[in-house]
Amino acid sequence: MSHFKKKQASTKQEVPTTAMPDIIFILLIFFMVVTVLREVELLVRQDLTAAENIERIEEKRLVSYIYVGPEVLGPGQYGDTRVQVDDALVPANDFRSIQTVMRERRTQEPRLIVSIRSDYEAEMGIVSDIKQELRLADALRINYSTRREGGPSQ
Amino acid sequence: MIRKKKTREGAEVPSSSLADIAFLLLVFFLVVTTIDIDTGIGLVLPPPPDPEVEPPDVRERNILTVLMNERGLILINDQPAAVRDVQDLVFSHVTNRGVDPSLSESPQQAIVSVKTDRQTQYEFYIEMLDEIIGAYRSVWNSEARDLGYRDYQHYVDVNGEPNPIRREFPMNISLAEPDPGT
Repeated sequence: MSHFKKKQASTKQEVPTTAMPDIIFILLIFFMVVTVLREVELLVRQDLTAAENIERIEEKRLVSYIYVGPEVLGPGQYGDTRVQVDDALVPANDFRSIQTVMRERRTQEPRLIVSIRSDYEAEMGIVSDIKQELRLADALRINYSTRREGGPSQ
Repeated sequence: MIRKKKTREGAEVPSSSLADIAFLLLVFFLVVTTIDIDTGIGLVLPPPPDPEVEPPDVRERNILTVLMNERGLILINDQPAAVRDVQDLVFSHVTNRGVDPSLSESPQQAIVSVKTDRQTQYEFYIEMLDEIIGAYRSVWNSEARDLGYRDYQHYVDVNGEPNPIRREFPMNISLAEPDPGT
């Protein structure tokens, strides 16, 4: 007597994984392109204010940053308001180096945008001094960096 | 007859670990990536003043002076005002078209002059600047709606920039040097 064999599907029940490396590579390339490695170590606090009527900077290549805020002395300890360009703090009473640096960048990239990333507690006097230097350096496109109102704090 | 071997074993690079390597790289970039879109208030500074050229004469009625002291209190045309009033005042100043004798003659001539103390906190200043730009945005939005667009952004998408609305309602914000304060 012949017994019934259970019918089995002839197809293999495996997810094909041959394309997996390709998919991963595509993801990898996406993230490689998107990544901007943090190029500076912040020496001043960056607690940005929020604003509503803001615009996005699409071309990140054009942006140079100036960081303004209380100097970080230790965890939770902050000193006077200082200005940081690239990796170094600008001398407190001599902002002429900002002008030199920005003029050089302006000649290399005429469409330069200077983003002033200022802490909410910074005083306007310092921000204004920076602006004067930027005017003299002919770097006239600026951007007051702010968060979106209601957005996450950084 | 000796048959020649037909197939030689090809020299293959083992590629089974390819996915793993790719995965490691992927994880690295996933961790490192910060997709933060830079946002902020964009402005164009005026070029440094030329000592030989005198600053242009501007009628006083065309300037809306916004003063802010170190405590964040606001004075608009010598009248105390709250931050939330700034937008309405700027809006009526820009769109006055000569109706009110104390406000601007035309949108093109309207200037908003902002001045702070050196001790003013950046936060308050941005708050006020935000309101002023918000006023201009609402002017542009209402103009774009009158022309049958959804809002100004829609208008820009169609007409690009610079466009007639921007020409008719230029954003003339004068950022004066702050007072030394006390």
